[in-house]
Amino acid sequence: MRKLEEQIMKIVMLMASGIIIFILGFILWKIISKGLPSLNWDMVSKTPSGGFYLGKEGGILNAIMGSLMLIFCSVVISIFLSLPVALYINFILNRKSFASGVIRFAFDIMFGIPSIVYGAFGFMIMVFLGLQASLLGGIIAVSLLIMPIMVRSIDEVAGQVPRDLLEAPLSLGATRFEMVKIAARQITPGITTAILLSVGRGIGDAATVMLTAGFTDSIPTSLLQPAATLPLAIFFQLSSPVEEVQNRAYSAALILTIIILILSFSTRYVSRKISKSKI
Amino acid sequence: MLGITVFGLLILLLISAGLVYKSLPVIRQQSLHDLIFTSSWKPSKGHFGFLTFILSSIHVTMIAILIALPLSLFSAIYLSEYAKEWVKKLMSPAIDLLSGIPPVIYGVWGTLTIVPWISDSLAPHFVEFSTGYSVLAGGIVLAIMIIPLIISILMEVFAAVPLEMREVSLSLGATKWQTIKRVLLLKSLPGVLAAVILAISRAFGETIAVLMVCGNFTDVPKSIFDACYPLPALIANNYGEMMSLPIYESALMFAALLLFVIIIIFNAVSRLILNHITRRYQL
Repeated sequence: MRKLEEQIMKIVMLMASGIIIFILGFILWKIISKGLPSLNWDMVSKTPSGGFYLGKEGGILNAIMGSLMLIFCSVVISIFLSLPVALYINFILNRKSFASGVIRFAFDIMFGIPSIVYGAFGFMIMVFLGLQASLLGGIIAVSLLIMPIMVRSIDEVAGQVPRDLLEAPLSLGATRFEMVKIAARQITPGITTAILLSVGRGIGDAATVMLTAGFTDSIPTSLLQPAATLPLAIFFQLSSPVEEVQNRAYSAALILTIIILILSFSTRYVSRKISKSKI
Repeated sequence: MLGITVFGLLILLLISAGLVYKSLPVIRQQSLHDLIFTSSWKPSKGHFGFLTFILSSIHVTMIAILIALPLSLFSAIYLSEYAKEWVKKLMSPAIDLLSGIPPVIYGVWGTLTIVPWISDSLAPHFVEFSTGYSVLAGGIVLAIMIIPLIISILMEVFAAVPLEMREVSLSLGATKWQTIKRVLLLKSLPGVLAAVILAISRAFGETIAVLMVCGNFTDVPKSIFDACYPLPALIANNYGEMMSLPIYESALMFAALLLFVIIIIFNAVSRLILNHITRRYQL
């Protein structure tokens, strides 16, 4: 009886895991098989021309460039905000102190705030500053969105820096700030992982940019112009009744998925390198 | 560094203060009770009742948890207790990837597969007509999106249960499954609870994927095959019009505030439980 139960449960567990793998495969297969037929060079090299949304010529270069500009600026801003926080709670404060616990808790909470709320908040800032939907607005919202992700993932690697390494410079008479510089060099691969993770999250998020960055057919030339983004390009084209446009939505989805796949595998590659070089 | 840290913490305060400030006009105009517990939605007349949207969000989230929890629980037990090294090596990138796929892709997949499946195969057995864009579709898509989150938290929770506890049970003649049932699951019950709460808050705030598959129809859904209209979808769909009416903007910001408050509370509870667990076993 006990053995039978054991066997049944084992099969149930295997099935549950199998279903999850199957779903992932199903999603990827569906996106690839739907997106591949209408994927061509025009898609990634041209901006929408007249009649694009009726199925005429053009591509989604505007959205690709918009997404890249947006994510690049956001990551740069966010890293300047997150790195000091992560270093502060790990090396200036004691990692296990109450204060850094509270700060970590706050960032965990911020990590849980949905992207639409960041979008609404970004929108609020824009109204306050008198901005229209623009690249800048999107950058503000996305920077806030990815900041907690960065803090969390840098925090995780920072916790693995050996204590001796921190005490050695201090005992040699280095200041705390110099010690932090040494620690920062130790966690560089961790920062790379943090960046890759945030790029993945930021580039795929639609709700924040929907409220802040707007949408346009041209590539933005200044921070104050609206910017198209990949997720929104997919979303808007999918809601079109024209079949060619819908097909283009599928191939845009494929492009985004390929970007995410590359990011996901590089994240694994980098973090494997970290664990190899660990003492 | 202290300055930037304080700035980071200030953002949390700023978001809440900003949302409260922006939603004050609509709260002043109608009572809080009226906003949350009535369901007549007439923006042009300046009357806002959020009940439909709140109920829609709750329905969709409940379905998502009902589907995702058993799958993730069994899979997490398998991965942490039974699976061989190579299986783990196969599963962990898959789960990573599943959590990395952007919501909009889930939305596309949902409209391509789940929605037609519901309207063509499933719904005809139960109701006369369904477009497929429904509570159920939203729930299924959300379930898949929260599976990786639940699994990764459960794996941590299970790993926090000391190996000795399992060994004691095994040495007394219990089978592996009995050990899991009586020792592992019992010991990690708070952790499982925390994972579920965190998953609920994630599901509650998800916007674009749900928006794409759940129909967005402002009526209280009567069955899981009816369209629904969750809170985040409401904000995302109407942000364009809200500039025209200040009170409309205020109402949508109130929706964001509602989401924010609910999610913050859920998150805080869940994180407190998880912190407690890791602290107890790590010392």
